[in-house]
Order: sequence, then structure tokens, then C-alpha cells
Amino acid sequence: MKTAWKELIRKPARFLTAGGALTLIVVLILLLGGLLDGLFLGATRALDAQSAGVFVFSREANDSFFRSRIDAPTREQVADVPGADTVTGLSVVQQPIRAAGVDEVLDAAMFAYEAPNERVPAPPATGEAWFDRSFADEGIEAGETVGFGSSRTEVRVAGFVDGTTFQLQGAVWMDPETWNTVVGENLPAATLGRGASQVLLVTGDAGVDAGSLARDIDGLVPEVSALTKQDAILGLPGVSDQQSIFVAIITVTFVVAGLVVALFFALLTLERVGLFGVLKAVGTSSRSIAAGLSLQAVLIALGSFLVGGAITLGLAAVIPNSIPLDLEIRRAVITIVGLIVTALIGSAISFRRVVRIDPATAVGGS
Amino acid sequence: MPALTLHDVRKTYGLGDTEVVALDHASLDVAGDEMVALVGPSGSGKTTLLSIAGGLLAPTEGTVRVGSHEISGYGRTQLTRFRREFVGFVFQGANLVPFLTAKENLLVVGDLAGNTGRSAEQRALGLLEELGLAHRVDNLPGQLSGGERQRVAIGRALMNEPELVLFDEPTSALDSKLGEQVMELIRDEVKGRGTAAVVVTHDTRMTHYADRVVEISDGRLAA
Repeated sequence: MKTAWKELIRKPARFLTAGGALTLIVVLILLLGGLLDGLFLGATRALDAQSAGVFVFSREANDSFFRSRIDAPTREQVADVPGADTVTGLSVVQQPIRAAGVDEVLDAAMFAYEAPNERVPAPPATGEAWFDRSFADEGIEAGETVGFGSSRTEVRVAGFVDGTTFQLQGAVWMDPETWNTVVGENLPAATLGRGASQVLLVTGDAGVDAGSLARDIDGLVPEVSALTKQDAILGLPGVSDQQSIFVAIITVTFVVAGLVVALFFALLTLERVGLFGVLKAVGTSSRSIAAGLSLQAVLIALGSFLVGGAITLGLAAVIPNSIPLDLEIRRAVITIVGLIVTALIGSAISFRRVVRIDPATAVGGS
Repeated sequence: MPALTLHDVRKTYGLGDTEVVALDHASLDVAGDEMVALVGPSGSGKTTLLSIAGGLLAPTEGTVRVGSHEISGYGRTQLTRFRREFVGFVFQGANLVPFLTAKENLLVVGDLAGNTGRSAEQRALGLLEELGLAHRVDNLPGQLSGGERQRVAIGRALMNEPELVLFDEPTSALDSKLGEQVMELIRDEVKGRGTAAVVVTHDTRMTHYADRVVEISDGRLAA
């Protein structure tokens, strides 16, 4: 192992090609992962912020927020299901907004909600709304009044909240009365009656699992379809398709990384047959040589990750904000673990060759 | 007890339907402090004999004993352990690890045999000093002359205090003056330590350094 380490330190040029190729692969994986996370979080942050574990849709809505309608009597039935603790309503429409001092029309996901969640405090006074921080970046200021929809229904900005986007639009949070007023003036067909909402958010009693509560609601209230929060998020249009496509691309990239490591280590092993022959002749076991190769593969993967990570951060700094790129620690951890595993598998392909190296090759032929 | 005993050793290689005999019923005893020169033309079986004596190759028939170790029946793992603890090799052209310094080339074999730490370092430095390389301990092989590299290889072979040291054409890459110096050094080192040595060479000018010269031809040792 010490010998392998010294080779890496003193002969870095030997590993430069493999390291360079892996660095580019790291940049690719991190950027693809960042785009996937950016798209996913941009589409789902507002729902992920909800504290409730179960989302309830009307049965015929096929788990679509925009088609779902739940009236007050159905809400009471859901609230009566054993294990359900609190039940609140949540509704959303997409509306353009205009503000003084902002030239362009901005798109907003306008939510009606009843109770605070992980990122949004309790509903503000009627006629006011909390705005996602992205609107502040566009030039909207707290305390000003903005116009919603073609009717330019006025709502006052109560303040800003962080990390609440929906379908890549900033969210605006208001009480059901304000929401119904805005929707009534701009999208009359989407107005909800008193006590009605598009979906219900259900929190279970302490110790009640969200999955089993969703199944109980499904079984006991025939008019509704209940999903866990995670399933409701994945049920949003395009979300699971996006995920499948990106995961497939990232998986293929990891496979390519494995092939790169395998190919380079196979070539490096061929280059070093003489050296390994001498090491074996003086008593180094094949296992020790293989362990050295593994160490080199892991260190090259780590080095590539550090350089690739730095390049990705540099690129992220110059990529325009309009591109949904989100570099998450979780993604970095997945990438480095995946890369190390891939590098180990790739280098392991050379082990057979190492075992077959005959120590007698160290002795000249005569 | 002899340091090396080969008894009726045969080594054959299958080549299609024909059998190539590399070593034909060879028997040889090397005493505990004896230096034997093994001479013969190319393809005579010198390297095969050396490889079998050092546990690099297994004989097809016959027995091989190094000190108290009967190695003829050893498996691959046992042979690896045997080589690192009981035999020293000096290869043709030195064959040092190119990215390790002179001292590290010695320490790496010490490390394999479990000789680590300060005592191993002292031993490596002591050997290099004896070999006239005190000023070269931190040089890489690429920074050494051919003679210096061969001397480092001798130090590496002696690092683990082996019972037997095997030299494969140690002077073939050196001019005759340097070759003489290296052979003198080999003789002094093995004699000073009471270690047995077998030196394969085709250069008959070097054989007078050995206690005994054994000739090999067509895989057979001359009586």
C-alpha cells in the first residue's frame, strides 16, 4: 500500500489521463444531478414544505391538484378516519402578477392554505400574502401591493418566505378567503365554495404511519384518493418522468466512469507487468498488489471528485439563475460514494491479470 | 546442513505434443557459506535452476530444500512467504522499483517481511553505507549509475538476512571494471555474513570470485 501511495505521489503523470477523464465525468454527473435536483426541487418545494404526511385528492381527479375538489362534508368524513389528527385544505392556481417597478409580468403559483408549515408562517391578514423570496429578487418589495391576473386583483405583500416553489414558479401564500376573491375575479370556474379545497392535508396521530393512514382513508372514504406526501410529489406532472430520465443518464455516466477506470487500470497494469513481477519475486503477494491498485483507484476518484467539484462550483457561479441548477450536499455524497464504488469495480477488473503475472518473469531468460 | 539442496530435479515444459526439458535430473548442494558460480551458454537452464532454487518456479520432479525448508511441495502463497523471508534475489539489470529511493527499495522488502520501524531503517542505512552508497540513500534509481543500482539491488537482497542469495547475471549490464568491483563486493558481502550464494553468469572472467564453478549444459549439471 505504501509503495502504491508513493507511486501515485512521485509519478502523478502516469495517472493524469485517468484522473482527467474521471474529473470530466464528475463535472458531468454533478451538473446533471444539479439540473435534476433543480428541476425536482423547483417543481416540488412548496409541497415538500408541508408538515402533513398525507395528501387527499378527490377520487376522479387522478391525483391532480388542478382537477381535485373536496367539499366540506367529505372533509368531515376524512377527519373522522381513526388515526387522523389535523385536516386542513390546500388549493393552488397559477396566475400572472404585475407590480409597480417591475417591467415584466411574473408567473406565480397561488396557494390557499390554513395552517403554518415548515417554511411558511400562519396565513396573513385577508388581502395579504406571503411571497416566495424569488419575487424579491425580481424587484417586488414587502408592503407594496401587486395585481393578480387579468383583473389585477390587488394583494398586499406581507413579507417573504424561503424555498417555496411549485412547477418552477415562485409560490404566493394566502388565506382561502383572499384566494377565492382573486380566483373569483380572474378564473371564476376555479372558485371553491365555503369549506371546500382542492386537496386535504392530513397529519396523523403520534405514532401513526403516513402510509397506513393513507390506506385507511382510501378504504373508509370512497370519494377520495389518499397518497403519502412523497407519492403526491412524484405524482406531479412530469416529475417522475424527469427523475427516471435523469437517473438513467446518471447511471449510464457512472457505468462509463467504471469503464474508464477499468480501461486505464488495465493499461497501467500492462505497463507495470515487469514491476509487479519483481515485487512478486521479492515476496509481495498478489493481494497486496491488488490492494495497492484499489488504493490508487480510490485516491484518483477522490482527487477527481475534488477537482471536478471545484470546476462544477465555478460553472454554477456563472450559469444564469434562469437555469434551475441546485447543487445539493446529498447529491455530492451520492456522487463520491458512487464514484469510489465504480473505481473499485473498475480497478478490480485488473486483479485477474495481476494474479496471473509470473514472478519468474523478473529473472532474465537464459 | 547445506543452504541449498537440489536432488534429481527435472523441469519440463509442454509445447504442443513435444516436451521441452529445461532441467534434466539436476542435483546440487551449496554449503552454508559457499559461493557457487553457475555458468553455461544461453538456453542451458541456468535461469530455470535459479528460479527453482528461489521458489519462483516449481520443479516437475525432484526435491528442493533451502536450509530446513523443503519447498518442492509448497503452494503459491507458501512460496511467496518463503521468498520474502528466506531468499534474496539480485536480478539482471537491478530491477529496482523506479519511484522508490535507494533506501526505500531496501525498506520495501523489509516491510514485506515485517521488519519495520527504526531498526529496519538502521539496517537499510547500514547496508547502503557498507555498499558505498551512504551519499545516495535518498536518490531514485534513475539518478544512480548502473553500478550503483546493482549495489542497491545487492542491499535489497541482503535486507532480510536470507539464508541464500541468488544472483542472475549481476554484471551483464556493467563494463568489465565495474563488473569486477560488483563481484568483489558480492563475495565480500556473502562471505562476511556467512550466506550461501549462487551466481548465474556467462562471463567466465568473473568465476574466480566463486568458491566453486558448476557448469550447466542442455539442462544437465556437469559432474
